[in-house]
Amino acid sequence: MLAKRLIPCLDVRDGKVVKGVQFRNHEIIGDIVPLAQRYAEAGADELVFYDITASSDGRVVDKSWVKRIAEVIDIPFCVAGGIKTVADAGKILEMGADKISVNSPALSRPELINELNHNFGQQCVVIGIDSFFDVASGQYQVYQFTGDESRTKKTQWLTRDWVAEVLSRGAGEIVLNCMNQDGVRQGYDIAQLKSIRDICTVPLIASGGAGTMQHFSDVFNQADVDGALAASVFHKGIIEIAALKARLIADGISIRP
Amino acid sequence: MQLVIVDTGCANISSVYFAFKRLGVDAIISRDAKVIKAADKVLLPGVGTAHNAMARLEQAELIDTLQGLQQPLLGICLGMQMLTSHSMEGDVGCLNLIPGEVLPMQSAGLRLPHMGWNTLHSISEHPLMSGFSVTDYVYFVHSFAVAPGPHALALCHYGSDFAAVIGKDNVAGAQFHPERSGKTGARLLQNFLEWQL
Repeated sequence: MLAKRLIPCLDVRDGKVVKGVQFRNHEIIGDIVPLAQRYAEAGADELVFYDITASSDGRVVDKSWVKRIAEVIDIPFCVAGGIKTVADAGKILEMGADKISVNSPALSRPELINELNHNFGQQCVVIGIDSFFDVASGQYQVYQFTGDESRTKKTQWLTRDWVAEVLSRGAGEIVLNCMNQDGVRQGYDIAQLKSIRDICTVPLIASGGAGTMQHFSDVFNQADVDGALAASVFHKGIIEIAALKARLIADGISIRP
Repeated sequence: MQLVIVDTGCANISSVYFAFKRLGVDAIISRDAKVIKAADKVLLPGVGTAHNAMARLEQAELIDTLQGLQQPLLGICLGMQMLTSHSMEGDVGCLNLIPGEVLPMQSAGLRLPHMGWNTLHSISEHPLMSGFSVTDYVYFVHSFAVAPGPHALALCHYGSDFAAVIGKDNVAGAQFHPERSGKTGARLLQNFLEWQL
């Protein structure tokens, strides 16, 4: 039976793993390669590396760390951040990444999704979506350039509409980051994930809000997501992956031991 | 032992190279027919679409070379699919080394692509499958698959059964990504290195 995936997310800035709260105040967690290796050995099913500076600075970012990760890691990994063209994506895949994830550049130029699908196949193309619940309107809205607080802006897209759009353009997987929940460890946004699950025909990964083992159990059981992404609970040692897997298996969830 | 990874221009070549490096084997990556023919073992990687991958092999004039190999040949993912007779992905003729056809997955409504860790069953007694059990997980990413048949060495179930590993004579292929399947994947690659015909 296909296993649900546990995916530690490593936010990368200048080759170091960092973590902030609600996208702010980034602190350095550690060096990227040993951390990646530690997670692979601890039982992570996949790793995601977000180069959080890349999309917002508009500069060419050194991605040589991708190759260093590929040398030591024997589980799949995805690289996100600053991938604006087919050529950018090609370089990262050649260095050994299994997937590339695109967020802000796809909002600026949605055709990029079609181009990536055509050149590398659907399975490589992950679309990251930063979704913010606007209490006033009662709607989920897509935000862009969330890696840099000064440039973060609301787009014209409602989250459901953008999900439908990226699917029609050939996305192979969606990572839905619920910004209201990010870094505060109060649980995944089950209501939103369920609503997106209904229209998402490709794998859906929950992101933002994991704080306890119960949160993981809930998101798999209640929102039927394919994977759950988390950062701080793993980086800070609040949850050990092996213990989490044992708990989820006990809860009847299909998990790779 | 000289291992040659066929340079198909596909994206996962460096991952495959590193996976063997971790097992202590420094492979040669080449599209030179002479180098490939002289290898002790040949690995055919592949990511992308069957149509593009076959076109690349044709361009590099490697079809005859691969078809004529007598030494062990292992295809991975799309590389495995290319070992069969035909792929419905782009309706393209393949290397025809192992009878079988690549068809869209019959996932019975389950989401595609089939992406993630899954288990194997119906595991054959074959040197490549040595040490494998039904509790092992391996990593898949695909939307097309080879139907179960006489040349399947292991099956996987996702909506319906499909061939996870196939083999005939000196040729074998794995639908999953051994280079990304942790210790279980490394076992398949080690078995391939130790495979004596």
